[in-house]
Amino acid sequence: MIQDLLTPAVLLGVAYSGIRLATPYLYATLGETIGQLSGVLNLGVEGMMLMGAYAGFYLTFRTGNPWIGLLAAVIVGALLGLANAVITVTLKAEQGISGIGMFLFGLGMSELLFRMSLGSVETVRGFAALRIPWLGNLPVIGDLFFNHSLLVYAAYLLVPVVWFILNRTTWGVRIKAAGQNPAAADALGVSIARVRYVTVTLGGVLASIAGASLSIALLNVFQQNLTSGMGFIAVALVYFGGWSPWGALAGSLLFSTVNALQNWIQVLGIPIAPDFALMLPYVLTILMLAIPFRKARQPAALTKPFERGEG
Amino acid sequence: MAGIGERLRSRILSPSWLAILTPLAAVAAALAVGALMLTLLGVSPAAAYAAMFDGALGSVNSLADTLVKATPLLLVAVGICIAFRGGMLNIGGEGQLILGALAATTVILALPDLPSWALIPLGLVLGFAAGALWGAVPGVLKARLQVNEILTTIMMNAIAVQMLNYLLRGPLMDPAQVQAGSFIPQTARFTSAADLPRLVPTRLHAGFLLAIVVAVLAWILLWRTTIGFRIRAVGLNPFASRRAGIRVSRYGVLAMILSGALCGLAGAVQVMGVNHRMFTDGSSAGFTGSAGFNGIVAALFGQLHPLGAIPASIFFGGLIVGANAMQRAVQIPSAMITALNGLLVIFVVSSDIWRRRLVQRQQKAEAAKALAGAEPAPT
Repeated sequence: MIQDLLTPAVLLGVAYSGIRLATPYLYATLGETIGQLSGVLNLGVEGMMLMGAYAGFYLTFRTGNPWIGLLAAVIVGALLGLANAVITVTLKAEQGISGIGMFLFGLGMSELLFRMSLGSVETVRGFAALRIPWLGNLPVIGDLFFNHSLLVYAAYLLVPVVWFILNRTTWGVRIKAAGQNPAAADALGVSIARVRYVTVTLGGVLASIAGASLSIALLNVFQQNLTSGMGFIAVALVYFGGWSPWGALAGSLLFSTVNALQNWIQVLGIPIAPDFALMLPYVLTILMLAIPFRKARQPAALTKPFERGEG
Repeated sequence: MAGIGERLRSRILSPSWLAILTPLAAVAAALAVGALMLTLLGVSPAAAYAAMFDGALGSVNSLADTLVKATPLLLVAVGICIAFRGGMLNIGGEGQLILGALAATTVILALPDLPSWALIPLGLVLGFAAGALWGAVPGVLKARLQVNEILTTIMMNAIAVQMLNYLLRGPLMDPAQVQAGSFIPQTARFTSAADLPRLVPTRLHAGFLLAIVVAVLAWILLWRTTIGFRIRAVGLNPFASRRAGIRVSRYGVLAMILSGALCGLAGAVQVMGVNHRMFTDGSSAGFTGSAGFNGIVAALFGQLHPLGAIPASIFFGGLIVGANAMQRAVQIPSAMITALNGLLVIFVVSSDIWRRRLVQRQQKAEAAKALAGAEPAPT
């Protein structure tokens, strides 16, 4: 039975699905990474993803144009992110709890809207696979890497972009300063509130696109609790990846590949409990968090609202 | 979470009228938002809320259902109170609840011939212990290796769900399902010896009374014993506690263990009092109904006080039951209540800033008064 899994066709299938399914994790994890680096923990990613998935799906369903759906997801994400910034930056709420509030809000609201506006599970024609000229025609590699939907390519392109912003621009310095030593950054004239408003709003947009990537590019359906915990995984992947975009990429790929593998195990009817495979990344993450030498990386001011004169 | 102690301190120092007024104002605000949503959806808010009120409190049966829904919320909320008071943000109620339910389920299915007087305590104790174990892991990791407990509890939730799925699709699956070839992931119905006794001829079971007793015990523990004092001291100010000779890490771990244990107990009570079998839809909410998260909401509402958690849990139990009634009466999906719960949490934690400011102002005024009294009057 297990050798069924080791045929080239199946392994290629696993790799292809793994690359595809990393997309939502990538958007959400990159957004969360930026927010955490600036000192704000967003535990509400899951709720924002659901809202983005619904908004993107509904407008695509109504208009038939996935671009309008994507735009809707971006707007919804920006609004939720902005609300989250007001809550965490201006009102200085306890982030571990306000995030649970945001999660419950998104979970309930997306289901409410779904039931009121659609009622049953529908499908849409979302972003179709786009074969890249020339590269897409290469044997094996072409199918594997260069025959994906636009939102998949964009997610991977975002990794070096975020890395560049964080490590090669003034904005990156400001973001990291706001998360490491906000008092010093403030003394140098950086507005901590402004930096965090930008990062948290951006985090909302990316979380929302993450959800939309599921509903209008990868699965092309919406149902209640579509994301089923992916947003929480994204939060963990930030720690897993050590607050680096490349780490986020590695973590996203690991998670999605394990997911793809267990889907194939089920499809092939191999009698291994897939649940243990699904458990593995979480166990791995806890272990990675617990290894002492990888620890001291957490932004020093994470979850701490900034108050002038508090040192 | 170095900040949490400081925030909690202001919560504790704040005047009591504010402690009651803030959640009430948050409820009013959330209900107002809900009314707006209902209006936009073309439903009369008055009719919807009336259906909700009637569904939650309108008859003996609906009142009993409210208390049944409140039971796991109360146990989780009391557990959350203990963790938060000890400076630990336990987001792992879902996983601890699932583990507790699984432990009780396993023993009940394994020993179906035991009499009630043995089986019921055994199930409850194992649920308690399994939850404690699940809470201990993040506690120890935080205490020994400074691993963020928010993250580990979330991870442990996901691991618990996979364990649940594995066990119910495999070893614990109802043999009748296997024979019939339907493979619905649920266990066989428990022997009725494991059913928690009914209190009155309604669905209300003894688990509710147990939860009330646990809440009172938790209050006694936290405010009337040395252990409880130390847990609270560690949560308020770990540095000062260390100076005072309290083993900070030990009491943090203890708070997480107790917290997990009560969430585990909630799971055991839920399967033995309500479901009489365990089931899964693949996600965590399928079995728990998000009680592990809603318990956090109830704990916040009860001002992180075990006794405050009692009315808060009954209130949220009523909201859940009422939402289902509203769904039937005016065709508004009960998911609206989940959304409003989320808003409530956000309102409560966000409004804390005004409370903190008020406390600061009062302290300043007192200091100024003391200063004015000390200075000689100007001539």
